[in-house]
Amino acid sequence: MAVLRFTNEHEWISFDEGVATVGITDFAAHQLGDIVFVELPEIGKAVAKAGQAAVVESVKAASEVYSPASGTVTAINQAIVDQPGHVNESPEGDGWFYKMSLNAPGELSGLMDKAAYDAYLKTLDH
Amino acid sequence: MSLPDDLKTTPLYHLHQELGGKLVPFAGYAMPVNYPMGVLKEHLHTRAHAGLFDVSHMGVVSLLGEHADKALETLVPADICGLGVGRQRYTQFTNARGGIEDDLMVLRLPDRLSLVVNAACKHQDIAHLTLHLEPKGIKVAAHSDWALLALQGPGAAQALAPLSPEAAKLVFMSGGEMTVAGVPCLVTRSGYTGEDGYEIAMPADKCEEIARKLLAQPGVAPIGLGARDSLRLEAGLCLYGSDIDQTTSPVEAGLVWSIGKRRREEGGFAGDGVILAHLKNGAARKRVGIKPDGKAPARAHTEIQDMSGKPIGEITSGGFGPSVDGPVAMGYVDAAYAAPGTPVQLIVRDKPMSAHVVALPFFPHRYFKG
Repeated sequence: MAVLRFTNEHEWISFDEGVATVGITDFAAHQLGDIVFVELPEIGKAVAKAGQAAVVESVKAASEVYSPASGTVTAINQAIVDQPGHVNESPEGDGWFYKMSLNAPGELSGLMDKAAYDAYLKTLDH
Repeated sequence: MSLPDDLKTTPLYHLHQELGGKLVPFAGYAMPVNYPMGVLKEHLHTRAHAGLFDVSHMGVVSLLGEHADKALETLVPADICGLGVGRQRYTQFTNARGGIEDDLMVLRLPDRLSLVVNAACKHQDIAHLTLHLEPKGIKVAAHSDWALLALQGPGAAQALAPLSPEAAKLVFMSGGEMTVAGVPCLVTRSGYTGEDGYEIAMPADKCEEIARKLLAQPGVAPIGLGARDSLRLEAGLCLYGSDIDQTTSPVEAGLVWSIGKRRREEGGFAGDGVILAHLKNGAARKRVGIKPDGKAPARAHTEIQDMSGKPIGEITSGGFGPSVDGPVAMGYVDAAYAAPGTPVQLIVRDKPMSAHVVALPFFPHRYFKG
């Protein structure tokens, strides 16, 4: 069964049948506003847990995307590089950033599940 | 994000909230950075139709008294004495080092000069004017009880005409006192977007009523400060504090066009020695447009290098231009690199990114010149 976890930096990671997919949350996409540029890691790149993996820029500002887990990038979503606005349309679906193999799937247990993330969002003053 | 308690509000604070504006601190005021439409669509809406901006945080100042024009000329390099009644000019308060303390608009009315200055500088500007002009018998009156709206875009004239038929007769950089929806206002045909449009100063207690009447016109949408910034950047217009400041001369900033011909010969304004020397000998650095070759925006303070990696300047404003559909920026480079077409590289996230110097504006101005 697929596992879905969230970071307090507003990334999400799903893990299903050995492949993890990473993106930014609805909340993050909404806070950023219109996304105009996305820079993704190269396929084959090793990323560290909480290390910078991607860059997302909106009309307002540039933000870093940190990898929720350590592992190796296996695929990137070229569609959001070509059309960055796709991220705003479907941040937790078609607007995914990259796929990766995990070094240690156990790392995910330290992240928030959906209920914990929703509760975390309520603690943010916005 | 909660706003600090000591922020000032404009007369449209409640309307901004009602319209879903995202309020942020700006120059000591709670101001809408965007509405639910979002910065990108607000920008494009203004270029296609018309946008209404609350700029009440800015300062409106009157100068009254005989020879106010001559007195003001000691502080700014523009030709103010030669400004006809009903005409408006852009200029800068210069300092003794030839730098810029603020930029401003000056309108001549039959009985006074009317100035619009930046929000963040208005208190120091008023003190500066008072210090230098009151000894010459000029009265400096700050209209803190006025509100200021900007209506910008190709649909602006059509939107304002039903409320103020007289405003339709104005041409770019002219203005006067006239009624808007029956309220005595000060209207100029000018703005900060590169589009046709107006700035309307009015008593604060009438502002919400007039704003609602303008928003009820076909094609008029409320626009926040986010789109105001991307619109002015595409139009190549300077933001005080970013593109011009106390260390940049009007010549370095590419604002030579705003220095009156007579003033270039006579001087007689703060910093005239430095500024006239820059005019005569050329400035060592110049403000230019910078177009990144790729899709990544380059933000303010990005280092500019030549193709060999030598630092030659810095980006002062940069971001995404919605009408250009790509990144746009401006900044200062050593004069040898200021020619349009010069290849440069920008250091973004520690990596060099190729770009070119380009002529400004990025998006053609569409002013109404009659």
